[in-house]
Amino acid sequence: MATAETIRDIVAKHGKLPVEVSTLADDGDLYAAGLSSFASVQLMLAIEEEFDIEFPENRLNRKTFQTIAAIAEAVDELTRDQQAA
Amino acid sequence: MTIHTRTPTGDLSARMRRVADIAAAHADSVDREGRFPQEAVDALRAERLMGIQIPAELGGESASTAEIAELCSILGRACSASAMIFAMHQIKASSLVTHGGEAPWHQAFMARVAGEQLLLGSATTEGGIGGNLRNSICAIAVDGDTCRLEKNATVISYGDQSDAILITSRSHADAAPSDQVMTVFLKDQYTLEKTHTWDALGMRGTCSDGYVFKGEAPAEQILPRPFAEIAAQSMLAHAHILWSAVWYGIAADAFAKAQAFVRAAARKSPEAAPPGAIRVAEASSLLQGVKASIVAALEAYEQAKTDDDKLSSMSFAVAMNNLKIASSQTILTIINHCMLICGILAYKNGTPFSLGRHLRDAHSAQLMISNDRILGNTSTMLLIHKQDTSLLS
Ligand SMILES: Cc1cc2nc3c(=O)[nH]c(=O)nc-3n(C[C@H](O)[C@H](O)[C@H](O)COP(=O)(O)OP(=O)(O)OC[C@H]3O[C@@H](n4cnc5c(N)ncnc54)[C@H](O)[C@@H]3O)c2cc1C
Repeated sequence: MATAETIRDIVAKHGKLPVEVSTLADDGDLYAAGLSSFASVQLMLAIEEEFDIEFPENRLNRKTFQTIAAIAEAVDELTRDQQAA
Repeated sequence: MTIHTRTPTGDLSARMRRVADIAAAHADSVDREGRFPQEAVDALRAERLMGIQIPAELGGESASTAEIAELCSILGRACSASAMIFAMHQIKASSLVTHGGEAPWHQAFMARVAGEQLLLGSATTEGGIGGNLRNSICAIAVDGDTCRLEKNATVISYGDQSDAILITSRSHADAAPSDQVMTVFLKDQYTLEKTHTWDALGMRGTCSDGYVFKGEAPAEQILPRPFAEIAAQSMLAHAHILWSAVWYGIAADAFAKAQAFVRAAARKSPEAAPPGAIRVAEASSLLQGVKASIVAALEAYEQAKTDDDKLSSMSFAVAMNNLKIASSQTILTIINHCMLICGILAYKNGTPFSLGRHLRDAHSAQLMISNDRILGNTSTMLLIHKQDTSLLS
């Protein structure tokens, strides 16, 4: 997935995690690593900005932002959908 | 403790109305003395209402959230402290029912809650964290099959009377503050050292003392899902709906008094409308607004219940937060209106129109998870969540 590295950078910048993001696996649980609900919103805003997408309501839940891989998957899907539209 | 095994007669509401009669008779002394409403809780047990939410196959009655909300409002009209105790107990039961179903220990425990009519307490508030229930300082230590926890629990309602306490903590010593679990500790598995006595403005019968909690129990008593999920998927909805139902009951009772006052005045001098009449109409509209919000939230919860993604979504959290904000603020306006309608007879204690207890109890609503904190959380979500502004759908 091409987006995973960019997302990792955004998580590092906006996730306010108490651990180094480089120590996290792509499928590591961001909430368990200390992602707060406030930081998760900052993260969503930054990702919308970076990829020029909008998360639809049914994507605004815990699962979408649980791991770097899940975010990347959502971003890929949304970019595809929004290009097709 | 007496264990009542016979199912009492009548439907759930009829059973709760019998409890409410007993609770009402003791409400003033419970409030004045700041004592636990033992008579009401004994009556709840005698009517076997403590286990109604537990699935029928485990000895409960599989009662729905709407049914429980109705019961909270019935008891809320009689004694808000008793009603809040019942509501808080049911909120804890919802965590077990929603998230403990697969785990053998929690299944057996649910059967005990129903069979023995156990009273469940809650310890989320912590010194240094306040009402931010999605953060913990304390951490549970799992050592082989045993877990240990020490928590500076600054508010545990009916801590002394609880048969078990469901308590949050970080999931291990190195865990982030938001990486939490919830554990059931049985009364003989913990000690409570009292740090504050609940001498409060209202809700005095909830006996929400402060304690240092120290517990040791088999590690299987830790609920099998992360507390983040429990909070989002069952606690948020149950707390805000059932609390609101209790508050609705308080306001409804104040309203009934005010309406009776105006009707009596109208009968005495039929030639002119009593001065309070217009305010009764205004209070009626506000009360209907609170009721409609609760009913709408119950519907939203029923719709979201079968879909984990929906339950954990921002739209659902925003809707539940908005219910709490609206109901906790509006009841104060309603009760204040009723106070103006009944005048000095409402202001004085010991009259049929006294509203001091209602007003004091209702003031807990905006602090019980501070409205400012909730508004802060909602405003964060609204940075990204686009509220659905359609009327129906
Ligand atoms: C009747 C009753 C029974 C209760 N029973 C229990 C129980 O059984 N178990 C339990 O665990 N708890 C219980 N509580 C506690 C309750 O749920 C809250 O946790 C507690 O009231 C919050 O306390 P606080 O106002 O000191 O803390 P805080 O929530 O920290 O608030 C303190 C002040 O700071 C402000 N503030 C703090 N953080 C923010 C923020 N992020 N944004 C904006 N403003 C902020 C608030 O507006 C408030 O003025 C009970 C409370 C009541 C009233």
